[in-house]
Amino acid sequence: MAKSNQMGVNRTGIDMSPAQAKEMVRGAEELTPLRAGNGHSLASIEREYIEAAEPLGSVPLPGTLKGALKSFMDKATGRNPEVFLNKLGERLAFERTGVRLYDALITKCEATGSALPIERLREIRDEEAQHFHLLTEAMESLGADPTAQTPDADVAAVASSGIQKVLTDPRTSVAQCLDAMLTAELTDNAGWDMLCSLAEEMGLDELEAEFRQALAEEDTHLEDVRTWVTESVLSESGTTARRRST
Amino acid sequence: MAVRLLDGRGTPLEKQKFTWKEIVGPPISKLDDDAFTRVRIILMNGIEQQANRFQHALAQMNGELREAAARIRRVEHHQQTMVNWLLSPDHSPLETTIGYEQVAIEVTAAVAQQEPDPYLAQVYRFGLLEDFDHMYRYSALMDRVEGKDANNILQCYTDICPGRPTSEEHRAPADDLRTPYERLTADPISKLHALTIMSGEYQTRDYYMTIGPTFTDPVARQLYAEIASIEEQHVTQYGSLLDPNETWLERWMLYEANEAYNYYSCMESESNPRIKAIWERFLDYELGHLEMVKRLFEKHERRDPAEILPDYLPDPIAYESQREFVRQTLREEVDLRANGENFVPRDQEPRATREYREHLNSEGSPSDAVAAGYQWQPGTELGGETPKAA
Repeated sequence: MAKSNQMGVNRTGIDMSPAQAKEMVRGAEELTPLRAGNGHSLASIEREYIEAAEPLGSVPLPGTLKGALKSFMDKATGRNPEVFLNKLGERLAFERTGVRLYDALITKCEATGSALPIERLREIRDEEAQHFHLLTEAMESLGADPTAQTPDADVAAVASSGIQKVLTDPRTSVAQCLDAMLTAELTDNAGWDMLCSLAEEMGLDELEAEFRQALAEEDTHLEDVRTWVTESVLSESGTTARRRST
Repeated sequence: MAVRLLDGRGTPLEKQKFTWKEIVGPPISKLDDDAFTRVRIILMNGIEQQANRFQHALAQMNGELREAAARIRRVEHHQQTMVNWLLSPDHSPLETTIGYEQVAIEVTAAVAQQEPDPYLAQVYRFGLLEDFDHMYRYSALMDRVEGKDANNILQCYTDICPGRPTSEEHRAPADDLRTPYERLTADPISKLHALTIMSGEYQTRDYYMTIGPTFTDPVARQLYAEIASIEEQHVTQYGSLLDPNETWLERWMLYEANEAYNYYSCMESESNPRIKAIWERFLDYELGHLEMVKRLFEKHERRDPAEILPDYLPDPIAYESQREFVRQTLREEVDLRANGENFVPRDQEPRATREYREHLNSEGSPSDAVAAGYQWQPGTELGGETPKAA
């Protein structure tokens, strides 16, 4: 596989077409009548739609609350278990996709003969799968349906859809994939942190303990990916090599 | 509610107007709306798209009809936009694909049971088992590449399991042609069915051809290329059911009647009141179009539209899970293959088809690869993985 950082005939900038570039600028200046207005018109249409919009969908509340969530609900009125269930659903979906992201990264590393430690990647992949199972069991223990797509799971999938595209593109380098994975791991880490806080606030002690364990594992994923990103960029730039040789 | 076709109702064309805000209204909820609402939206987009395609061809071949076609087509275009834009943007292209295959399975199965002509019903059952397999392959792709569950879209109405294997669906072009209905003797509903299913398959072909290249995963790109090729075969199959001796105006009337029939079917089953109002409005628009085309038919062909159209629209298409019918068809007909216009046992496939298929698959089959060992489970196949101890 060719390197992602080689010089070549990139045609996207205007400097590649000196004569045509001048024409482009002259054309835009001479042929576009100046009219009043700016980006505000666009924003005002957007605002109208925002004001009229319905939410993406609802959190499927369990018919009967079970276990820890039931005791929590019994303690006080005015609690909103749907927020917790929404976030549990989001994390679950993210972990499930995370397994596939690591599957793709492992395939990429194997195919390119990358120096990345494949065994460690497999460990992380398996931990993502464990976290998915943990969340499945957590939702079931609360009486919730782990197969439902909650609104936040849906939005998170929209937000992270580009990450999967980067990982599965045969043309991307391991370094580019790691960059995308860093985005995923940063988000994932913050997500687990939030889930721990929610469980704590709700007094769901057992779940909180399990989530803290998962967060500790996610901390190591983040640390590893961050290190690999730095190393791979330094390596491609030749900086590491020079450092080592001096 | 019975809808008459021959009594001159409908919204007059000059009153069929839109604004951009109306065309781009609030979309449905991917999470909360019933899957059949999405099914109806996807199908109606296909029905409108085919009406547009046909009217362009008609206008290009019939100078005297150009202006009438242009006027009606402009409205059809905006109807299509308004319908298609009801799909919410949180549908990924693959999720929408699952919706498209659900349309192909559920609507074709409903039509196959309603179709009075046994040969035509057989054609629908034959195609049904192929789209059924596409659903299985795309679901595997969704689970294995995107880590998502196709059943979030299907809402348990449609099974996810293998049909006639996609890798075996590739046929030589002559083996995709079927015997057309006979325009003078066919039941009107047979004509409407053929237009409906062909329109649905045509938009599916075009959709896969548009979004296929937007995938990065090479297996996904191959799978879309492979299934788009089958959809092209399906357009050939269903398009060949139409009697080629129908006149342009006769066919145009049938298209308008079919649009009305489909909006009527949607209206009768829609659970979302806001969407139901759109189906109702567009049924009236289509009756208005039909009225205009009937007048053109009388003027140019000096024939009575009653020769072609039934007085009342037939019973609506049933929008409900056809699971049992699909399973039965799968059990009984999965091994059928095509030999020219006939359906034959597997070992009687023509050589041309076998050679064509062997060559296409000779460097590997994406549809086999993507679903190797795949069995759908609620959530994901990862549910079956034993969690490894931390």
